[in-house]
Amino acid sequence: MLIPHPLLGLRDSSEFTYLGDAKLLDRPDGMAPDAAARFHEYVHLRDNPAGIHRELWFHEQGDRSWLVVTRNTLTHEILGAELARDARKGGAA
Amino acid sequence: MRYSGFRVIKEALTGHKGWKPIWRNPDPQPAYDYIIVGGGGHGLATAYYLANSFRQSRIAVLEKGWLGSGNIGRNTTIIRSNYMLPGNEPFYEFSMKLWEGLEQEFNFNAMVSQRGILNLIHSDGQRDAYRRRGNAMLLAGADAELLDQDGVRAMYPWLNFDNARFPIKGGLLQRRAGTARHDGVAWGYARGADLAGVDLIQNCEVTGFQIENGRVRGVETSRGTIMAGKVGVAVAGSSGRVMGLAGMRLPIESHVLQAFVSEGLKPVIDGVITFGAGHFYVSQSDKGGLVFGGDIDGYNSYAQRGNMAVIEDVAQGGMALMPMIGRARLLRAWGGIMDMSMDGTPIIDRTPVEGLYLNAGWCYGGFKATPASGYAFAHLMATDTPHETARFMRLDRFERGYPIDEKGMGATPNLH
Ligand SMILES: Cc1cc2nc3c(=O)[nH]c(=O)nc-3n(C[C@H](O)[C@H](O)[C@H](O)COP(=O)(O)OP(=O)(O)OC[C@H]3O[C@@H](n4cnc5c(N)ncnc54)[C@H](O)[C@@H]3O)c2cc1C
Repeated sequence: MLIPHPLLGLRDSSEFTYLGDAKLLDRPDGMAPDAAARFHEYVHLRDNPAGIHRELWFHEQGDRSWLVVTRNTLTHEILGAELARDARKGGAA
Repeated sequence: MRYSGFRVIKEALTGHKGWKPIWRNPDPQPAYDYIIVGGGGHGLATAYYLANSFRQSRIAVLEKGWLGSGNIGRNTTIIRSNYMLPGNEPFYEFSMKLWEGLEQEFNFNAMVSQRGILNLIHSDGQRDAYRRRGNAMLLAGADAELLDQDGVRAMYPWLNFDNARFPIKGGLLQRRAGTARHDGVAWGYARGADLAGVDLIQNCEVTGFQIENGRVRGVETSRGTIMAGKVGVAVAGSSGRVMGLAGMRLPIESHVLQAFVSEGLKPVIDGVITFGAGHFYVSQSDKGGLVFGGDIDGYNSYAQRGNMAVIEDVAQGGMALMPMIGRARLLRAWGGIMDMSMDGTPIIDRTPVEGLYLNAGWCYGGFKATPASGYAFAHLMATDTPHETARFMRLDRFERGYPIDEKGMGATPNLH
């Protein structure tokens, strides 16, 4: 799989380490009253969709940036990639 | 129809005209006491034990494709009980014992072959870890032997002992482990279940659940609504999708694992060898092909095929261990979708929906579990109490802080 890195262009996915669902960018508030339940969901539970999935890839063998990659889990087709810090700013993750 | 040596000789002499299909192909009834979703190894074994050991009736298995078309028909067929923790080792040893009596029990040749599994040791730390594991296995009633380098040399003199990075220093051997014929296991359980009156319904996809006041009443399928007292879900790589239909999110991600077969070669490996440091495992089929695999591809997938990078990585692992295969051709490769749980351990439990039971999270290791999984799931569904060996495999263990973390890697499905 080739990942279209927004700064570096197409890079082989084997340069990256995979973390999982991009929802992991939304870390719950550890001080909230329901923090234990929220953290259980955050750490363990997954939507696990068959189809479009937004997910985190770390460019470990490259510029060490975190990307949010949009990929189809049924076909492995990659539909786009953005820097995780931009995705976070947009609040979309 | 019972199989026997006499029967085989008789058929051989009369042109093999007497063999019959080994299960019926019934249409679904409007209602059952038990519905098992998923006609893979675990679903078929569950139905078999529900009918034969727990004497329940009115049972159906619903399979969206054909029986055995999922991971049971795609795996590298290794059976073993070399686990370590109190939450899982007794379960896998229970499974090993069931394997040992399986063919006599269901009168079907599943080619269970106790050819032994050897986990190679490359460092002093790894030797300590395997010694500890071997002791844990012995405590749980399994067998384990620690071999030094000479012991390994006597078994497989052609291994690459002097690999600069991963020299072979010994191995942990479980002689009772081995392989079984994957399709044979599915067919044997299917036949046994059918003989006991279970309806095995193929091309019947479950598309929804009927749930009233927190209790399951039946399932929606591509062949209409079917009512049921109790519904057990055993759909391996589809666990996330199917339980999503019942409104549940699981501690599971679906990942792809590839397997490979070489061209047929002369007999060279009589057991199973694993090279943990390089992530490679290999055995040889009765037809001579080397059957091997390595890491999962490591990202969510439902594609039933993997990518080149892992093929290369697995081939490198193979070359590091047995350089002599360098000129052997790779004949086939394929991928299967597995339900990777967050601690790498399965789930056999009730769910928050009454009458709905879950058997999931088998990761890349559920083939060896097929008999115990079926037995324990049937026990749970018939008696509403967990089987003794599966009582730690709870769905809420992550929430309560009791994961069964065999690999000591915490909450990550990217195991292996
Ligand atoms: C390449 C590979 C190698 C492996 N090697 C080993 C090994 O050496 N040793 C080992 O112990 N384990 C191994 N495994 C793991 C093992 O194969 C699985 O853990 C195990 O087979 C899963 O249980 P099962 O047999 O019931 O699954 P499956 O055979 O996948 O059964 C699930 C069934 O559910 C059906 N289904 C799904 N959704 C629906 C629906 N909505 N309605 C109706 N039916 C549905 C599917 O069609 C499928 O037939 C390997 C796996 C792979 C992919």
